[in-house]
Amino acid sequence: MGDVAVEATGVSKRFRLYHERNQSLKAAFMRGGRAKFDEFWALQDVDLQIPTGKTFGLIGHNGSGKSTLLKCLAGILVPDKGSIAVHGRVSALLELGAGFHPELSGRDNVYLNGSILGMSRKQIDKSFDEIVDFAGLETFIDTPVKNYSSGMYVRLGFSVAINVDPEILMVDEVLAVGDENFQRKCMEKFADFRADGRTVVIVSHALSTMRTMCDEVAWLDHGKLLEVGRPQDLVDSYVGQSHDDRVAPEVEEGEEQSGRGARWGSGEVVIRSVELLADGAPATHVATGADAVFRIHWKAAHPVEEPVFGIAIHTLDGIHVTGPNTRDVELSTGTLSGEGWLDLHVPRLMLTPGTYELTAAVFDRAVVHTFDHRDKLLRFDVAPGRPRDQYGVVSLGGSWEVRGDSGAPA
Amino acid sequence: MLRELRGKYKGTALGWFWSLLNPLAATLIFTVVFGAILRVTPTVGANGVQNYTLFLLCALLPWNFFNGVVNGGMAAMLDNANLIKKTAFPRHLLVLSATVSLFVTFAIEMAVLAVALLVLGVNPILWLIPALILMILLAVFATGLGLMLSVANVYFRDSAHVVTIAMQVLFYATPVIYPLTLVSDVSPTSLVARLHIDSLYFLNPLVHYVEAFRDLLYEHQIPDLTTVLVVVLSSGASLWLGWVVFNRFAGRLAEEL
Repeated sequence: MGDVAVEATGVSKRFRLYHERNQSLKAAFMRGGRAKFDEFWALQDVDLQIPTGKTFGLIGHNGSGKSTLLKCLAGILVPDKGSIAVHGRVSALLELGAGFHPELSGRDNVYLNGSILGMSRKQIDKSFDEIVDFAGLETFIDTPVKNYSSGMYVRLGFSVAINVDPEILMVDEVLAVGDENFQRKCMEKFADFRADGRTVVIVSHALSTMRTMCDEVAWLDHGKLLEVGRPQDLVDSYVGQSHDDRVAPEVEEGEEQSGRGARWGSGEVVIRSVELLADGAPATHVATGADAVFRIHWKAAHPVEEPVFGIAIHTLDGIHVTGPNTRDVELSTGTLSGEGWLDLHVPRLMLTPGTYELTAAVFDRAVVHTFDHRDKLLRFDVAPGRPRDQYGVVSLGGSWEVRGDSGAPA
Repeated sequence: MLRELRGKYKGTALGWFWSLLNPLAATLIFTVVFGAILRVTPTVGANGVQNYTLFLLCALLPWNFFNGVVNGGMAAMLDNANLIKKTAFPRHLLVLSATVSLFVTFAIEMAVLAVALLVLGVNPILWLIPALILMILLAVFATGLGLMLSVANVYFRDSAHVVTIAMQVLFYATPVIYPLTLVSDVSPTSLVARLHIDSLYFLNPLVHYVEAFRDLLYEHQIPDLTTVLVVVLSSGASLWLGWVVFNRFAGRLAEEL
């Protein structure tokens, strides 16, 4: 296998939009030909190289062509122009349990689905226990799948697909299945895949997942490939761009403009700035274990009931460290109007030394509507303090104790 | 790909039994109606055996198989639309799996027929190998048609209606329930002869398949050269054409379904 696992060259895909979806011989005779249709280019001239052993993400709006591209790469759709070269065995998880036969038992379906995905009977025999174990369906494996719950159904589907042992795995928005426990198992499996040097191609709207999982992402818009690059950069510009159509609150005088990230929201309540206070005084850095206050300055032109404030702290390479908000602690913010501030008091800031970025946002009571979201509004440093931990992101603040055979501290 | 076979009768209590009951009922009906009431005289078979039921079965079983493969192939894509839209695999396997599962049933039925022939005094042992070859050729012929119809049915959803009628015509245009001699013996002044239906009749390749089956199993004679040629060439041509047509249209299946 070379450096490139999947290579698309000038791929274009055209769909036919029928005016009247009348697929019959009768209609064909009446019209003297096939039904009239408009052309719609779902993909236009996409060039893409997916390197071997990397986790590659595809992002874009609904209808941007991500799924179409993935289907082309997986060989389900055939592009109208261009070519696709795939080096390695592909397993595509577009819809879990797509090939299941409802009347058959889980056991038979594992064999059926496995053979559709290109496994031999012997291979399935070998990994059967693993598949069932992974799906957690030992007791139900001989029950017809029509009696399965939808969760069981997709779990078995995922389990089969991932145990096919593919060199290239293509996944379309299926990571959000099953309960917490199963999702964790899936993520571990993906991590194993990466560690084994296999290639994964993911389409997802879960941008935080994309940010942490992918080595590289491609951004598609209206069927065209806009950019390929590091997920941190691309996801940010994608998020910024995708909110362009909303009304950005007017930037007012005296308002902090140093935020490097995107901003969006409807502006009923705006976040003017965020301050870091160390020992009660404004600061740009704070020591590990020290007392810190994050002060969010807000302004509301009209009274707003029970807004929810939240912050998120990320490391510079995009790891989401924490995301405290007023809703999770059931804090009532009352009705806000005019101007004011809100403090998050952290008695001991347990971040290890390094640079962090703070994002602040304010939402409506149900956390559905965003009033103001300010990405990476504040950058601050954490200096070495107590405890003196230096590795990782957080310090646990624990104390060590050693005992030997003598019973006395060594 | 045993899915077809196992899924088909699962959930019905008698399972496999049903797959044999259907041809059994057809045999009974035809034997009563054509053998006893209309008194169709079957040709004389090997060892002087003259039995309408055996005569009928030698042609009816291949016909049923052919009919099954054509209809199964036609439904293959639509029935598995979800699979085609969501997974990548060679699409022709769907048609082939219909053929294979039906072939198993066909082979079992033919084995039962062979036992019946043996019991009724026509020992078919020596003729089983050529019959098996003929069965395979028929399977190839039917699969070619199935491949063509499987994609046609996706693009034109009413193909099924047309095919149902065509199959009905074809059934009576093939010497299944009556001997071929009846067609050759029509009077030259009859409507059939004047419309040249009797000469058109032999253009139907199934006539030759059915005759070949009857030659081998019922009359124990080697089919004449024309029959052999038609059978071999038509099966090859059907598969080739089916394959070409199928591949021409298979690429866009996922979006047309």
